Amino acid sequence: MERPEICKIKEIVVETPTVKTFILDRKFLFRPGQFAMLWLPGVDEKPFGYSSDRSFTVAKVGRFTEAMHNLKEGDLIGVRGPYGTSFEPLGDRILGVAGGIGAVPVVTAVEEFSRKGFEVTTILGACTKEELLFVERFRRCGELILCTDDGTLGYHGFTTEMLERLLREDDKFDLIITCGPELMMKKVVEIGRRYNIPVQVSLERYMKCGIGLCGHCALDDEGLCVCKDGPVFWEDKLRYISEFGRYRRDGSGSKKLI
Amino acid sequence: MLEIEICGVEFKNPVFLAAGVMGETGGALKRMAKNGAGAVCTKSLGLEKRSGHRNPTIVEVEGGFLNAMGLPNPGVKEYIRELEGIRDYLKKIDVKIIGSIYGRDPEEFSEVAEILEPYVDLLELNISCPHAGGGYGAQIGQDPDLSYKVVSSVRDRVEIPVMVKLTPNVRDIKEIAVAVVDGGADAITAINTLGPGMAIDIKTGRPILGNKFGGMSGKAIKPIALRCVYEIYSVVDVPIVGVGGITTGYDVVEFMMAGATAVQVGTGVYYRGYDIFYKICKELEEYLVENNVKIKDILGRAHEL
Ligand SMILES: Cc1cc2nc3c(=O)[nH]c(=O)nc-3n(C[C@H](O)[C@H](O)[C@H](O)COP(=O)(O)OP(=O)(O)OC[C@H]3O[C@@H](n4cnc5c(N)ncnc54)[C@H](O)[C@@H]3O)c2cc1C
Ligand SMILES: Cc1cc2nc3c(=O)[nH]c(=O)nc-3n(C[C@H](O)[C@H](O)[C@H](O)COP(=O)(O)O)c2cc1C
Repeated sequence: MERPEICKIKEIVVETPTVKTFILDRKFLFRPGQFAMLWLPGVDEKPFGYSSDRSFTVAKVGRFTEAMHNLKEGDLIGVRGPYGTSFEPLGDRILGVAGGIGAVPVVTAVEEFSRKGFEVTTILGACTKEELLFVERFRRCGELILCTDDGTLGYHGFTTEMLERLLREDDKFDLIITCGPELMMKKVVEIGRRYNIPVQVSLERYMKCGIGLCGHCALDDEGLCVCKDGPVFWEDKLRYISEFGRYRRDGSGSKKLI
Repeated sequence: MLEIEICGVEFKNPVFLAAGVMGETGGALKRMAKNGAGAVCTKSLGLEKRSGHRNPTIVEVEGGFLNAMGLPNPGVKEYIRELEGIRDYLKKIDVKIIGSIYGRDPEEFSEVAEILEPYVDLLELNISCPHAGGGYGAQIGQDPDLSYKVVSSVRDRVEIPVMVKLTPNVRDIKEIAVAVVDGGADAITAINTLGPGMAIDIKTGRPILGNKFGGMSGKAIKPIALRCVYEIYSVVDVPIVGVGGITTGYDVVEFMMAGATAVQVGTGVYYRGYDIFYKICKELEEYLVENNVKIKDILGRAHEL
């Protein structure tokens, strides 16, 4: 049944000044990169990636996420999922590129990949030091390269600049997985193509039903749905997603430039 | 073998995409067209942009779904650009476009109709949405006089065929059917979602849908849709497009026997995937071949004594 399942919040972890993790009272079977629709009765229901088999990690950006941040331990939320596609490992050496809250699906993926014996390297970026997410979890999976836009920690600059530097020295990666701001991911895809390394990206679009019925998150030109055909897409599918890095639609379906 | 004609428009098959499912963008319509639909229907469009109701906008119940999308759309003027992007391709693969529209009153309906007319093959007037509120949808379709006025106003202002989509949530659907045909409807689509109904979460005691109430679609509403088509066929002569709970070619045969010339599929996309249009067409064709009949032989057959 496509219905929210009610869970109790066991613990709330403050990750950064703008990000909290909500640990729930039950375990979910999910594949890294998949998402759920989280329901706050009387508020709204919105998509969030699983940050572990019992948690979601939420950045405060607007009305719903603010309401999430006001929740307390013991409060109830509805979870409908898991939905969508996941990151798939390939080859031997995998490179993760995560920006901001995009660290959520990437950390669950590199954790699984390193558990399965793949060699993992991650480039993790944020606007500033305090906003770097899951640093310890990433570090446990393999090499971790940190970047901040303001230079407060690690490389002073964008993850994509770091990616270029890294690949210039060592381009023997079999796969890149990425999630973050769309313009960052577009750049990652371009770099991946140049170095002939396949890329998987995790896209975000305004979602309503979450099950491929209403078509609100359908992408131009071929109508692939982020909720069902994504959110994780192989780079070759992006050829059929002409709006990637260019525009998205709001809650009414009206186009907004990225 | 599956070709049909409605009000002078020819369709390569009688299995269409219903309004509001995979119709928010041009790309989504194109994908359904590529999956074998004989025609695709747009999301219901209005004059102004609308975000619709808050989520959850959809919830599964026994036998189907409740939805209260709340008619989200970017407004007809922006939406026609979605159609511009796909119209040549749809023409090439011979898939017709039905433009679904809504409005508050006859004038608003007519304005939207005029803007959309150059981009579609037929119009479908949504006077039947059960959860829009504010004077839209079923609030019109439950009133024969208002229905008549909306249809005749649009009929006067456009050239292309006008279909009218009815709500089952009325005392006597025959009365509404007669009113819209008197108003000039060229065809009738039946039915829009049933109810509205509701679902409550028992752990929190809260209604699940953001709008509390939502229209029911899916397999469970098929018998009601079928009865509506049967009754409408018995009182008017215009073609009927049956919709409600259709998932197989055998369902289509049943609707044709009740009097439908064509059908639309909405929630079926969830049950059988985006290629449901191919699957249904194949089953329908098999039925026709096995029984050595044509569509015109079974049309309205359940009415013969
Ligand atoms: C597959 C997927 C996974 C996601 N995973 C996470 C995650 O793990 N952690 C996290 O913090 N955020 C995640 N998001 C983003 C999250 O859904 C939005 O931040 C949230 O919906 C914002 O709601 P709001 O009311 O707080 O903000 P608003 O002010 O309503 O919107 C802020 C921005 O969020 C986007 N947004 C709003 N509503 C939706 C919606 N219904 N669907 C998609 N995007 C929307 C809009 O583009 C808008 O620009 C994910 C989104 C998707 C599609
Ligand atoms: C998610 C969803 C959105 C819908 N949106 C519209 C709409 O915008 N306009 C309309 O006339 N009907 C709308 N409908 C109703 C369908 O077109 C159809 O009449 C109804 O769902 C019954 O058919 P089904 O059982 O095949 O889904 C919607 C239905 C669903 C499930």
